[in-house]
Amino acid sequence: MNPFDGSSRATGKSRGMKLIFEKHRDGRRGFSYGLSDVSGTKPLAGKYCRATEARLPCLSELDVVRHYTNLSRLNFSVDTNFYPLGSCTMKYNPKFTERIAAFEGFLQLHPLLPQLSGGGMLAQGSLEVLYESEKLLAEITGMSAFTLQPLAGAHGELTGVMLIAAYHKDQGLRRKYIIVPDSSHGTNPSSAAIAGYKVKVIPTGADGYMDLEQYKKQLNNEVAAVMLTCPNTLGIFNPKIKEITDLAHNVGALMYYDGANLNAIMGKCRPGDIGFDVVHLNLHKTFATPHGGGGPGAGPVGVSKKLVEFLPISRIIRRADATFALDYNHPKSIGYIAPFYGNFGVILKAYAYILALGKEGLIKVAEIAVLNANYCQARLKEYYDLPFDKTCMHECVFSASRQAKNGVHALDIAKYLIDQGYHPPTIYFPLIVKEALMIEPTETESKESLDDFIDTMIKIAELAKNNPSVVTQAPLNMPIKRLDEVRAARQPDLRWKP
Amino acid sequence: MNIPKNIFYTKDHEWARIEGKIAYVGITDYAVHSLGDITFVELPKIGKELKQSAYCATVESVKAASDVFAPLSGKVLTVNTQLVTNPELINQSAYEKGYFFSMEFSNEAEKANLMDAASYQKYVEGISK
Repeated sequence: MNPFDGSSRATGKSRGMKLIFEKHRDGRRGFSYGLSDVSGTKPLAGKYCRATEARLPCLSELDVVRHYTNLSRLNFSVDTNFYPLGSCTMKYNPKFTERIAAFEGFLQLHPLLPQLSGGGMLAQGSLEVLYESEKLLAEITGMSAFTLQPLAGAHGELTGVMLIAAYHKDQGLRRKYIIVPDSSHGTNPSSAAIAGYKVKVIPTGADGYMDLEQYKKQLNNEVAAVMLTCPNTLGIFNPKIKEITDLAHNVGALMYYDGANLNAIMGKCRPGDIGFDVVHLNLHKTFATPHGGGGPGAGPVGVSKKLVEFLPISRIIRRADATFALDYNHPKSIGYIAPFYGNFGVILKAYAYILALGKEGLIKVAEIAVLNANYCQARLKEYYDLPFDKTCMHECVFSASRQAKNGVHALDIAKYLIDQGYHPPTIYFPLIVKEALMIEPTETESKESLDDFIDTMIKIAELAKNNPSVVTQAPLNMPIKRLDEVRAARQPDLRWKP
Repeated sequence: MNIPKNIFYTKDHEWARIEGKIAYVGITDYAVHSLGDITFVELPKIGKELKQSAYCATVESVKAASDVFAPLSGKVLTVNTQLVTNPELINQSAYEKGYFFSMEFSNEAEKANLMDAASYQKYVEGISK
């Protein structure tokens, strides 16, 4: 498990954990330039030179290769271990999509080509992928049209809220508020606020659903939209979703669907059919493209009919002669929200994934994701408090309150899991659950890997009762032991100095 | 849970200690315990007009960032600048050294919207179940 060899572990310190700056040796070089044979060159003018020395570390090429190779062996990924990080949908990313994204015809294509005269004909394959991806996502979600441009989920949210603002402005209305339940993803209120709206937060009732009475009280014709995550961050699907949607439409507010949790309902119900006007998806969650640094992400946005004319440009169209082209003639468009057409490589991988699984496969994804989460919930609820005890969707949220009484907090459980080779679940989120542990196993895990994880969680619950210090000291087997997170936040030391 | 008498409380776990026309404001022991180690505070500007129950400050811990709401309406008189460099004062002394700011409150009647120690104690027991 531990990528370090025994000797370095025994000393508790590893050469691999030194900063590259600390490996500096005066005069060491990775390569040497030949002497310039161009005569009459002048040194760079003073104003272009930096005032202080750059102090870049001097190392040999092998030093650098070893440094980064050893660091890379410390990476934790879904390719190496179970990764039940709630609400992130850390499913396995199948390798065949990587192979397709690496096809030369896609890889070497210049993004400006379709905008050059005659260039569009040389980029038909890629334009078709974009066109068809929009159509597939529209079919999956029940929306009229999609833009693939947003580069991440939160970027999609902001785009969606800007579309909502453009729609109301076009109607000659100035609406001030966006309603968000307190169980939403934190990015929802942020996106609304960045787009210039004031946020009204609706609390969650004892049943785990948005408090309907509070919602009715806050809803009026000054509300631009209601942003909902469904299933919510408790992993619970709101059975009154249709009523909530109708109430919003009655006062002229639009409905926004945060598709971060689409994995739970894919092929089972479509936000468009429920009456949602804007949907963002996270291709890096539901459609199995890599997350974060391995990504990048992609957050396409789908809209209902009345919002199509506001979608960002460029739009992809299919001409009568079955060729594909870019279309910029959309006077009401909110304009560009990203360069070119989004993260094309990511969209391509998601396209390949959707085609490979097909309709039946995508339905199965949702079914097994929900089954896996409920299996974890059922086996663990004897050992951990379950604040909202009902059938969950793709994730289950426990509370470590029982363990916290013995001094074992959610954070300690997370650290102990790291020691056991698991990525911890999301902790302390959603905020409405004390000592929250938010587990999302995803559909790609086998029963054996779920059982191993569950057994470890049960062992932790027993340790919390009988031998809490074992848990609170963790991790002990990692190259770096328990970090002082408080000091790191209070006195951040972000820059290396000699 | 430390809930001193003679000061007032809000449902959002702020406290107000009233001395004449001036109120000292901070967050309660219960709030501090649910937040954990506090790492950052954003305080209101001196002279800012606050509205009861409206946002007035931010507090951030290793777990979460939270809004702090004004227990009363009025004008900010002084802020506890010590918290900027030593936010741990809130963990160590929520009701004394960890106060956020003082304010001159403008509406005596608003005190009726606050809880006394006994009611707050009951309120906290209710939500801790």
